[in-house]
Amino acid sequence: MSQYILRRLMIAIPSLLGISLVLFVVLALAPGDPFSELATNPNVPPEVQAALRAKFGLDDPIYLRYLHWLAAMVHGDWGFSFVSRVDVDTLILQRLPTTLYVVGSSQLLALLIAIPVGVYAATRPYSLFDQLANTFAFIGFSLPTFFTGILFILVFSVKLDWLPFVYTSVPGSGIPWLLEMIRQAIMPVMVLGLFQAASMTRFVRSAMLDVIRLDYVTTARAKGLGQAKVIVKHVMRNAMIPVVTLIALQMPAVFGGAIVTEQIFRIPGIGSLLISSILANDTPVVMAVTFVFACLVVLFNLIADVLYGWLDPRISFR
Amino acid sequence: MISAVLLLLLIAAVVIGPFIWRVSISDIDVVAGLQGPSLAHPFGTDDLGQDLLARMIYGGRISLAVGLAAMLVSVFVGTLIGALAGMSRGALGYGLMWLTDLFLSLPQLPLLLMLIYLFRDGLKAVFGPEGGIFILIVLVIGGLRWMPVARLVRAQFLSLREKEFVEAARALGASPVRQVVRHILPNALGPVIIAGTIDVAAAIIAESTLSFLGLGFPPDTPTWGRILYDAKDFLDIGPHWALFPGGAIFIAVVAINFIGDGLRDALDARKVI
Amino acid sequence: MFDNNLRGMIDDVKDGRMDRRAFVKRMIAVGLTAPMANQILAIGGVAMAQSPNPYKPTRRGGGGPLKLLWWQGPTLLNPHFATGTKDQDGSRIFYEPLASWDVDGHLNPILAAEIPSIQNGGLSADAKTVIWKLKPGVKWHDGKPMTADDLVFNWEYASDPATAAVSIETYSGLTVEKIDDLTIRITFKKPTPFWANAFVGAYGCIIPKHLFAEYKGGKSREAPNNLKPVGTGPYKFVEFKPGDLIRGEINPDYHMANRPSFDTIEMKGGGDAVSAARAVIQTGEYDFAWNIQVEDEVLLRLEKGGKGKALFAVGGDIEFIAINFTDPNTEVDGERSSIKTKHPILSDPKVRQALALLVDRDSVKKAIYGRAGRTTANYLNGPEEFVSKNTKWEFSIEKASALLEQAGWKPGSDGIREKDGKKLKLLYQTSINGPRQKTQAIVKQACQKAGIDVELKSVVASVFFSSDVANPDTYAHFYADIEMFQIPMTQPDPALHMRRYHSRNIATKENKWQGPNFPRWANKDYDAAVDAADTETDPIKRADLYIKGNDLMWQDNVTIPVMHRLAVEASSNTLRPALSGWANQTDNLQDWYRET
Repeated sequence: MSQYILRRLMIAIPSLLGISLVLFVVLALAPGDPFSELATNPNVPPEVQAALRAKFGLDDPIYLRYLHWLAAMVHGDWGFSFVSRVDVDTLILQRLPTTLYVVGSSQLLALLIAIPVGVYAATRPYSLFDQLANTFAFIGFSLPTFFTGILFILVFSVKLDWLPFVYTSVPGSGIPWLLEMIRQAIMPVMVLGLFQAASMTRFVRSAMLDVIRLDYVTTARAKGLGQAKVIVKHVMRNAMIPVVTLIALQMPAVFGGAIVTEQIFRIPGIGSLLISSILANDTPVVMAVTFVFACLVVLFNLIADVLYGWLDPRISFR
Repeated sequence: MISAVLLLLLIAAVVIGPFIWRVSISDIDVVAGLQGPSLAHPFGTDDLGQDLLARMIYGGRISLAVGLAAMLVSVFVGTLIGALAGMSRGALGYGLMWLTDLFLSLPQLPLLLMLIYLFRDGLKAVFGPEGGIFILIVLVIGGLRWMPVARLVRAQFLSLREKEFVEAARALGASPVRQVVRHILPNALGPVIIAGTIDVAAAIIAESTLSFLGLGFPPDTPTWGRILYDAKDFLDIGPHWALFPGGAIFIAVVAINFIGDGLRDALDARKVI
Repeated sequence: MFDNNLRGMIDDVKDGRMDRRAFVKRMIAVGLTAPMANQILAIGGVAMAQSPNPYKPTRRGGGGPLKLLWWQGPTLLNPHFATGTKDQDGSRIFYEPLASWDVDGHLNPILAAEIPSIQNGGLSADAKTVIWKLKPGVKWHDGKPMTADDLVFNWEYASDPATAAVSIETYSGLTVEKIDDLTIRITFKKPTPFWANAFVGAYGCIIPKHLFAEYKGGKSREAPNNLKPVGTGPYKFVEFKPGDLIRGEINPDYHMANRPSFDTIEMKGGGDAVSAARAVIQTGEYDFAWNIQVEDEVLLRLEKGGKGKALFAVGGDIEFIAINFTDPNTEVDGERSSIKTKHPILSDPKVRQALALLVDRDSVKKAIYGRAGRTTANYLNGPEEFVSKNTKWEFSIEKASALLEQAGWKPGSDGIREKDGKKLKLLYQTSINGPRQKTQAIVKQACQKAGIDVELKSVVASVFFSSDVANPDTYAHFYADIEMFQIPMTQPDPALHMRRYHSRNIATKENKWQGPNFPRWANKDYDAAVDAADTETDPIKRADLYIKGNDLMWQDNVTIPVMHRLAVEASSNTLRPALSGWANQTDNLQDWYRET
């Protein structure tokens, strides 16, 4: 097994290089300008805008820019933001804790809802509980987060005045600080968590149903094992493969953030950094964020593969 | 059964609708803006006083067609790549997983902007306006959403290909294609169908984003996703505006999901209950 | 007659024979407004009145925290690098200029001891030099004194191309020299009637020499103080997270009495305009939100029973539709919309006139801008002495149809007009922005009724306004028939605003589409008027020249003004911000206070 992991890690290096090249080309070809805000300002003639472009190397050929980026990256230099004129790693590290906290909590919430609800619903298919769970799940993924976010704000901030809807870094420390941090994270975590939970519940239920009908489960039941034990020991372990796949798909987002939700609640996370950098064509920032994201995608794919082997020993890797 | 009827009703409404409800989708009447449902406007009006029923009917054609077609594309591509990667034990599998990882890593907004920039004029010339845009949207949405399906299908295949009933089929001399089509695929469909229903909703929403970026239909074309997006800032002033597109997407999702469930039950070799 | 009288009176005020209040009264008597009269005096070189901003607090501090919401967060805090007003606004909390523009478009002295005038010897009669006197005793936040050396350094810093400063244009074409520790002289290369650009307003903020001297030119990006501003402003730096948050605390040594009123300041960034308005007007989580570009209907609704209100400041920002005078569909030497072509449809003045008749400005105002817009026929909408009274606009589908008939465009079988087998079809592009897409819908509908087929196109703002030579979707390439956006007026003088349409500024492939005259309109009379105004030192003649320019644009329908836009902010009911349509929102931050 360890040999297999080592080999996969070796393959990961050229494959990440390939991904970085494609990412760079896409970003370089995507049109736009970090200095577009200057365009209509009569105080700043277009020559200034063009001179800035040239100064930041935006007019150089793509292969040259890629080699520059790669050389710097090897030396641990992540690049320099055109828009903020600071180092990219400073920007990212400033935002990472918030993203880990908010998006991480919401992923956790999604799992805590989806797994019990999905499992329970699958053991009683077409019961009232199952029907209700399904209906909520359908509503959950029919409505985009830009919509539910505003709905939550209207209900919990405007009408009831319970929660703040501007997420800001609270100065101070101790218990009041902790409570405030929790209070302002409630709405974004709910919005994001429920949206994820909706689709996840459907997957868990379906995976459980697939296994529950199998013969060996019937056998286990016939042997007189208790319902709970059957579900947990025999069914869940086998049903976990799609669930693990989904979680592995979602995990990189804990770093990458959630663009829409972060925008709505003004969460200073990686997602809002990414979207504002994309809109401002701040390529070094976008490149750094997406490249780290790509590394995580590859890593979690590998982790998922290892977990498959553990969940189902018959899956062999060579 | 009920769900199939529901979906057919929805499709019939948007196809026949314009012949019954003959109000223009773009007639602006600023004075009659943001009115709730009434006899003159059964679904009410938006902030420019445009009739929402007419816009919902018109938009429904596009949204349903885009949602279904894009879902089929993403499910087809995802299943194909996932199945190939799941069956292959060599370089092909790695190559396909690399491709999946690459697509998962690509930031979508710059990618879309690049596509517009590089290909819009060319595509317009090749496909012609209306039909070309439709094909383009479907391919773009489908092409950016197949990766979860591929990963799910591959994981299922990795497990299923070692199961006794597949080994039995293999021992009996079934060709790999037959193993996949007859034995593995029907058992791997569960997550695919779920992903399909989610994709329909996602594609309807994604379409509105595309038209925003200048890649889809012109910005004045009302689609369900677009109407929902426009309504979001008026949620407390004119809740009816958001209610109808949101409800329509929900009904479409429910209907498609039940059809999917029915499909699986029909295909499922191991049906017990 | 009137001109001569006026000129005499200005001289009287200059020489002290007439008091400025009397002058303003006479002007009002002949139908001008007070700000306009003051403007005339200002440009005429008469010392301007002190800040009219009322300020009640009688001691420094004690006002508690001030919480500001900017839906685009500042991304950097060096005023010379500011790529947008958001960055200028953030920098302005800590840095200050010599003077800023107040609500009436007057100069309000900040670091200057007084505003230069002919009376006090600050301005020369030939409009080639300006002498600024600095306020004595002003200290940087680190305790070092601010002197004339700092001002000279700012000029050197910004005008060095290697620094890559955005303010380079503000500081080019002039030299700055030190007379003594508290006096500088600016010398212009040619007569410059509008002298109040360098060291004034947003681009005039002054950074300390002792912290930036080592980082001039190519090393500018390495300056540690790019992220940790040390200025002279009312608040001292505490914390900065690019795009997210700025925090500051009161400057106990601030150079103005009893100011500032607030103990701490927080500027939070991100999100969207509607929810920013909610956080101020509806829930009161924040005191002030910037640039609330929201349908007025939504604002009115939020204000009902809310904790705040929308504030409007009149400036000169104009939202307009520009007409392409060249053919966007014919390629000449690798360039579409080439100056060598003529637009096949829009080169006919009757069609342009018809289009102007089809823009229903009242409906646009009613449905979208509301209190935040004023309908206008003029491209130039302020300050008042530059606003033409000779123009008018109307909305009439019948008249437009009649004009199109006259021009030979007859309705075809599908209702679309055609002439010589050519359809009357126009591509109408703009940037992606809610109000703009709604305006497009309103214009398109009227056009359809008149038999014009309009295809709408919207482009992401970062692409539309980019200077990317290779991208055909920028406003400067103008590969469409008509396009719509807003051009702001960043100071109460039309020189920069009007120079744009000079024929030497036409955007072409040769100048990499950097010429700001994107409609590619060429008119000799206009060129002459703008050239003359550039060096005309007589304020009345100069205003007449710009009015003439505006009228020529109107006659030729170069642009169809859609809306004279006001700056819209949201403020809590108790906050008393000092705002001006001629300045950025934080430009008079020292005068803000809370009513108790």
